[in-house]
Amino acid sequence: MSIGLIYAVTGALLFSLGLYGLIVHAHLIRKILAFNIMGSGTFLVLVGLAQRGGEVDPVPQALVLTGIVVAVSATAFALILARRLYAANGRCTLPGEGEA
Amino acid sequence: MSAGPWLFDLLIAGTLAWIAWRTLVTPDLFKSVVLFIVFGLLMALAWARLAAPDIALAEAAIGAGLTGALLLDAVGHLQAARRKPGKRQ
Amino acid sequence: MTRVLVGMLVVALGALLIWTMLGLPAPSGRVPALVAAHLNESGVAHDVTAVLLNFRGYDTLLEIGVLLLAVLGVLAVRLAAADTGGTLPPPPGALLRAFTNLVVPLMVLVAGYLLWAGAHRPGGAFQAGAVLAAAGVLLRLSGRLPALLPPRFWLRAGLLLGFAVFLAVALGVTVAGDSLLEYPPAQAGAWITLIEATLTVSIGLILVSLFVGAPAPPGEAGSRGGDA
Repeated sequence: MSIGLIYAVTGALLFSLGLYGLIVHAHLIRKILAFNIMGSGTFLVLVGLAQRGGEVDPVPQALVLTGIVVAVSATAFALILARRLYAANGRCTLPGEGEA
Repeated sequence: MSAGPWLFDLLIAGTLAWIAWRTLVTPDLFKSVVLFIVFGLLMALAWARLAAPDIALAEAAIGAGLTGALLLDAVGHLQAARRKPGKRQ
Repeated sequence: MTRVLVGMLVVALGALLIWTMLGLPAPSGRVPALVAAHLNESGVAHDVTAVLLNFRGYDTLLEIGVLLLAVLGVLAVRLAAADTGGTLPPPPGALLRAFTNLVVPLMVLVAGYLLWAGAHRPGGAFQAGAVLAAAGVLLRLSGRLPALLPPRFWLRAGLLLGFAVFLAVALGVTVAGDSLLEYPPAQAGAWITLIEATLTVSIGLILVSLFVGAPAPPGEAGSRGGDA
């Protein structure tokens, strides 16, 4: 049980938690929060599994760096769309879903 | 093989999972966002433990900092709009 | 009831993932060895920077493309809504103004250091760009950022600069006969420095635009007549 494996298991746990939050919540900003948590879990899995033997691996680190930047741009765009939806509908949920 | 360093990592990992859970179930949206920023900073600590200082820098600045600012802006926008009911575009 | 069902499914998924992870064989260590073997040909001395900008430079090129797409999307949604105002913060207090005066020049300095340091220690274009963006957000919150949106020529040029230079270098080396993004080893360091510098500027501007580009709250649009 190395450090990498501990964080990889944590990453899987975070991914599952985020998935639960994404499915269960109706409010769009909570969905965005859950999605970010899923993303962080995935990054932990990437680096944790690669480094489960204890050796530092630069390739998944570079991939995760890219992933963090892509996640922030997706989050920013998603927030803008959620705000536009709120301005148009008055509620920050998708049409057809109730408040939760 | 001492258990000392791994105890620290188990503590960080457990706290990460717990903060993520609290972020998802807190009823107050503002508290959720603040907990998410804390989650981001703990992730930076986890990256440092995984010998990934580049990712730790980026996670603290972009993941916790900028995403937190964006989320706080959005939550403030929603709450400001809610305080003016009926004035919609 | 649905929540319980979803909860059980998610627990099952998590358990399956963890069980699979615990059963994996030991990693082969081939890739880190490859990176270490070719590090001196890459033009930089830090392995993560070398992977990011040389060995897997194509991923970074596409990443900047994604950032640019996000900012275009934000601008498009904003302009389509015909908002004239941004969510202006309330007038800053004295503490915020003083703090901004003190800290923003330091942040620009730190960004420059991170950019330079990326060649031989942790750092690089993304971290430097993020610090610049944070300085921009501070300026915005203390009311000092000039009207950014709708974007005029210099902002548009700055947003595009990083991607354009990276793409130009990536395609330019194909003209010389190499494949895409295969810098000539003797000049790799110089090209990477140029790309990183322009990337830093672009990333800072893009991230600030993502923050500033939010539409106004309903009922307040037009009451401020443009964000300034």
